[in-house]
Amino acid sequence: MADSTPQAMPQEAAPISEPPPAAEPLKTSTDSGNGAVKFASRKVCVYYGEKQALFDVDLDVLKNKVTALIGPSGCGKSTYLRCLNRMNDTIPICRVTGEISLDGVDIHSKAVDVVHLRARVGMVFQKPNPFPKSIYDNIAYGPRIHGIASSKGELDDIVQSSLEKAGLLKEVHDRLQEPGTGLSGGQQQRLCIARAVAVEPEVILMDEPCSALDPIATARIEELIDELRENYTIVIVTHSMQQAARVSQRTGFFHLGELVEFGETEQIFTNPQDERTQGYITGRFG
Amino acid sequence: MQTAILAVTLAVLTIIGFYMGRSRSVSVAAGNLRRLHSLPGYYGYYVALWCGIPAFAVLATWLSLETTIVETLVIASLPETTQALPESRLNLLINDIRNLASGNIVSREVDPELQAAAERYQSLRQTGFLAAAAVTLSLAIAGLAWGRRLIGPGLKARNQVETVVRVFLIVSSTIAILTTIGIVLSLLFEAIRFFALVSPLEFLFGLKWSPQTALRADQVGSSGLFGAIPLFSGTLLISFIAMCVAGPAGLLSAVYMSEYAHPRMRAVAKPILEILAGIPTVVYGFFAALTVAPFFRNTGAGVGLEISSESALAAGVVMGIMIIPFVSSISDDVITAVPQAMREGSYGLGATRSETIRQVIIPAALPGIVGGFLLAMSRAIGETMIVVMAAGLAANLTVNPFEAVTTVTVQIVTLLIGDQEFDSAKTLAAFALGLMLFCVTLCLNVIALHVVNKYREQYE
Ligand SMILES: Nc1ncnc2c1ncn2[C@@H]1O[C@H](COP(=O)(O)OP(=O)(O)O)[C@@H](O)[C@H]1O
Ligand SMILES: [Mg+2]
Repeated sequence: MADSTPQAMPQEAAPISEPPPAAEPLKTSTDSGNGAVKFASRKVCVYYGEKQALFDVDLDVLKNKVTALIGPSGCGKSTYLRCLNRMNDTIPICRVTGEISLDGVDIHSKAVDVVHLRARVGMVFQKPNPFPKSIYDNIAYGPRIHGIASSKGELDDIVQSSLEKAGLLKEVHDRLQEPGTGLSGGQQQRLCIARAVAVEPEVILMDEPCSALDPIATARIEELIDELRENYTIVIVTHSMQQAARVSQRTGFFHLGELVEFGETEQIFTNPQDERTQGYITGRFG
Repeated sequence: MQTAILAVTLAVLTIIGFYMGRSRSVSVAAGNLRRLHSLPGYYGYYVALWCGIPAFAVLATWLSLETTIVETLVIASLPETTQALPESRLNLLINDIRNLASGNIVSREVDPELQAAAERYQSLRQTGFLAAAAVTLSLAIAGLAWGRRLIGPGLKARNQVETVVRVFLIVSSTIAILTTIGIVLSLLFEAIRFFALVSPLEFLFGLKWSPQTALRADQVGSSGLFGAIPLFSGTLLISFIAMCVAGPAGLLSAVYMSEYAHPRMRAVAKPILEILAGIPTVVYGFFAALTVAPFFRNTGAGVGLEISSESALAAGVVMGIMIIPFVSSISDDVITAVPQAMREGSYGLGATRSETIRQVIIPAALPGIVGGFLLAMSRAIGETMIVVMAAGLAANLTVNPFEAVTTVTVQIVTLLIGDQEFDSAKTLAAFALGLMLFCVTLCLNVIALHVVNKYREQYE
């Protein structure tokens, strides 16, 4: 039944063979001269059954930058984020139109396997959701299903370095075999980040990763995001404008399913062009 | 008949009480219902309860005591010599008196003495009934008047009605619990009587089961052997086969239903699967005996295997089909209870659906699934009809599924069928077997429920 030895399993997904992010063989447009575009979306609309949740969103996510998505709740931030790794495919009634490309390749094209896509685009959820397994197995889960490690030693190394990158190693190095669900909320969320990092993604999507955490754990995660930016592209949904201002370089403001304004974080917060943005960041609504 | 009319009259009075109470409270409120403590309906129930409870209580008491009282009085009026008869003869006599009074056939010559007694019996009953009717009716009317008088703005009718309702509910549930305790105790006492005749060691560890006891002292061969091991092993063998069928089929169909099936497919397939649980077991029984068993025997003959026509295999397979719905509906519940966040976490790492199911969902749901298996197992062990029809009576001690075996339940049935002396070892053995069965299924159920609950807590 439950097979915990990955070696014995047939591998459905071939090991990821995408080029490392450093090499850029694919065509990429540059936007505002600020860096390479990782994700480019054009006219993205999302429907839940009859109801339209997103309207013609055009948004470019830049490489090695933190992009924050803000807006009142229910405005479609999560919906947009979940388009980027095609997580919306798991909702039967959900339909996505428009074009989203990752490194210039349409993620909805036949050539893209959603399993590969999700390995390249990791996700961290609002509520920490470690699997009911040991800390070690939580992190080894992704590498095992993608066949990243060829030996036990290599897997150990991946687990160690992922925990290190998520800033959790010091706290848990002597109890890797204990259940991940036994950690504190903040530790669980960092475990989930380590779990995502272990698959060596290029992009990490975070959906309100701190909303279930206390201020200290939040500060810890924000620090971590800043460190991760060096090697990963990060898109973070947050309902806290302070958080967006602290961690992001670029910010998009959503309202009622539309991307109202998108630009440099500093510009959005100091000199918003749209009066809805202004109203939101000065606290007049939302 | 008379009693039924009386009961209906009382019920009508009670209903009248309800309306009187309600209208009384409305008139007390004088147009402003907020002056009342409770809604008018509660005053209605309040009066109805005053009217109904004492009257029905007296009626019930009378009905339960009537026979005893009347018979005692009739016996007391009989001549001394008759009264001195032994108990069994006296009972026969009373029976005749009763029959004579109600115009049935009587087993002896009707002498004037008997005739007089019967008349006396009849008139006593009539008087008794009239008295009871008078008492209950006046109680009902008095209660009605009393309850109505008590109504005033300050009367906390709602609280009192709620109290009565609670007491009523407690009494109802106590009945169920007491009955269960009573059954267990009777099993226990009869089993103890059995163990006085046959040693528990022989019963639990004996390898031969042949419960025929000698009727005459000079009869040969039927000494009665009560070694229950062949029955236990037969039960386990059949249950094991059943679980081999139901476990995979139930679990896999639950996985399909909860993870793969389109909602529309699920809406159709789930009820169909549940129909399987609603088929009477006797239908499964003849399906097993008339269709499956011959099929297995013929197939076996075709490939050179000797399969008995009452094989453990046929009974086990059909029983397995019967318990598929148990396994699948419990597994389905626990799989659906695994939080969506687990699935998303796994998909988000690039896992496929089957990887997610195998490595995240099933492990997370495992305790609940195990609990479901245990419940299904206890169902299989206690199942009777299928094995009575398909498994046979031969108490073979074997693990070969192609042979005939017998089970605890089948033996209980055969031990008690037909006319039995109630205190022979043979009959009492049924109680000992029943007790064993009860203990095993109880343990399985307790463990299973414990496991399932523990698992539920994990995600609350
Ligand atoms: N699974 C779903 N089914 C139907 N409607 C949904 C679903 N998820 C989100 N929505 C709708 O889409 C809109 C945007 O939701 P969401 O993206 O979750 O907002 P946000 O994350 O900004 O709070 C909301 O109106 C919500 O009701
Ligand atoms: Mg959201």
